[in-house]
Amino acid sequence: MSKQSDQPDMKRREFINKTVLAAGVATVAPGVLLAIAKAGGPGTGASSDVRWGMLVDTNKCADDCTACVDACNKENGIDLMNRPDGQSEAMWNAQRPQWIRKVKLKDRQTGEITNLPMMCQHCEFPPCVDVCPTGASFKRADGIVMVDRHICIGCRYCMMACPYKARSFIHSNVEHQTERAPRGKGCVESCNLCVHRIDYGGTTTACQDACEKDGHQAILFGDLKDPDSALSKALKQKSSRQIRADLELNTGVRYTNV
Amino acid sequence: MKKLHYSELWCSSPRYWGGLAALAFVILIGLGAAFYMEHNGHMVTGMSNQIVWGLPHVFAIFLIIAASGALNVASIGSVFGGPLYKPLGRFSGLLAIALLAGGLVVLLLDLGRPDRLIIAMTHYNFKSIFAWNIILYTGFFTIVGLYLWAMMDRKGIQYYKVMGFAAFFWRLALTTGTGSIFGFLVAREAYDAAVLAPMFIIMSFSYGLAFFIITLMSAYWWASRELGDLRLVKLKNLLGVFVGAVFYFTLVYHLTNLYITQHHGIENFILLDGGVYTAAFWIGQILIGTIVPLFMLYSPAFEKNRFAIAIASVFVLVGGFFQLYVIIIGGQAYPMTLFPGKEVVASSFLDGVVASYTPSIPEFLLGLGGIAVAMTLVAVGSRMLKVLPESLEDPEDECV
Repeated sequence: MSKQSDQPDMKRREFINKTVLAAGVATVAPGVLLAIAKAGGPGTGASSDVRWGMLVDTNKCADDCTACVDACNKENGIDLMNRPDGQSEAMWNAQRPQWIRKVKLKDRQTGEITNLPMMCQHCEFPPCVDVCPTGASFKRADGIVMVDRHICIGCRYCMMACPYKARSFIHSNVEHQTERAPRGKGCVESCNLCVHRIDYGGTTTACQDACEKDGHQAILFGDLKDPDSALSKALKQKSSRQIRADLELNTGVRYTNV
Repeated sequence: MKKLHYSELWCSSPRYWGGLAALAFVILIGLGAAFYMEHNGHMVTGMSNQIVWGLPHVFAIFLIIAASGALNVASIGSVFGGPLYKPLGRFSGLLAIALLAGGLVVLLLDLGRPDRLIIAMTHYNFKSIFAWNIILYTGFFTIVGLYLWAMMDRKGIQYYKVMGFAAFFWRLALTTGTGSIFGFLVAREAYDAAVLAPMFIIMSFSYGLAFFIITLMSAYWWASRELGDLRLVKLKNLLGVFVGAVFYFTLVYHLTNLYITQHHGIENFILLDGGVYTAAFWIGQILIGTIVPLFMLYSPAFEKNRFAIAIASVFVLVGGFFQLYVIIIGGQAYPMTLFPGKEVVASSFLDGVVASYTPSIPEFLLGLGGIAVAMTLVAVGSRMLKVLPESLEDPEDECV
């Protein structure tokens, strides 16, 4: 049944060798073109002597107020992104980045209404960091969880793992962006506690400033490791809780009156 | 028993090249779809920040777990010493490599940054099961490649047993890894279950064997070679056992969830009022993927009926596809419980509501392209290598 006359022109081994070689080149070539920049802020870098965190007093969080969300969008250039032509409002809402969002809750038993902002909870043991195959999702020494967008491959496993739905994938081309919050199509991003401020000596986040400016003072940002910080004192006085405390992630963001 | 001769698949040229051309066309369309999605970003797909893994992942994971299952036939031959399966070992190895390659192509082209493949291969976070999977996939190619060599080359024959065992354990690790991608997601109610890892293994047995039966029958038809009833009937009976085992694991998974009050929501969603997901479960997975194939495989009316065997195998694959759709998409669509005891009244980010997902055509075409890549590799591989016995006539001294 074997027909020798039908043998292909190219020798079998040669064919296999060339195929393997071509596959190898196709794999490596795009990487050669990549310049991997070194991450790291100016000066000394993050220190483990501090752990940045936040306390949200939901009693002070006003219904229908979106000051924190608007401020975050402006600070991180999210407002520079526009709905692509022809896309429905619903789809745009599901695809656009949202680093912080307002959630309104009603207790099923008592009917009590709670308003709160949800964002990356900056866990001590972040599931997004555990699952990231390349280590692009990482936690800084000072507790800030963020994405190294130079090595994010856009696999979105971190989004599957995050219990807070805190991460956003960039679904479309980015035309305008700010220097302090670079953004790229095909990568994942989330709240980084305004790391660009902290690395330049800042002590507040955009959402906190906006909330304070509107007279609510629902958000308090600070150093969890400094016993004298306003945040540590407030946490000592009030009873607060972590969202999904059952997962024992030791979140950096805490809530009162939920 | 007659001496076995393996030879390259040879078909009259128009039939072979015509088939290859058709496959190449499907691959080309798939690549076009991938380029379209990459160029415009994932905005042109049905995926969003709510459903982050869409149809391409269903195709990719389907092919990847089928790949490890397709190797089973070779393992039965070398690890468990089944003489009737031994002649099928080479083809089983080739099919396994091809299916894995097809699945990985889809997975890769669905990344946000497929151009960064080199980063995925050079930066490892060893706590990530995904990173381990990259190693498991690469290792699978190497080990099964060596296993094939040991089966085919006289010089390799001394390593045959060792490679057989290595490949068998590696494929178990690979599917455990794939299942654990979901099993390790503590936050989502549909996934937080250790049973997913063994369930994925048994799913791989079933889909892999179904793929094997279909491609084997096609190859022998394509090449006008003899394929005896004896082996087909053995394979078909084995498929029936695997389909039953998948059903058993599905039953255990749902019964466990039904016992846990916290998981009643997701169970209600999948089994009763999840719309398309409920339909995919009952009609796709249970009816098409389990009941009908079991009937066709075991009913005396269809004994030795090749058409019935082929159709049952196709149904197993279709049902398996629906099963993965329910697990992957349905599991994401059901909202995560962030605030137990509270109802979400308003949220700009769709908290507390079922996420909607409509697969787009490019996603589907990319997935089809992956299947075509696998089938092309099988076609070219069996044309270049001596993987298929010239005849698989029934041995004279045995009966069905």
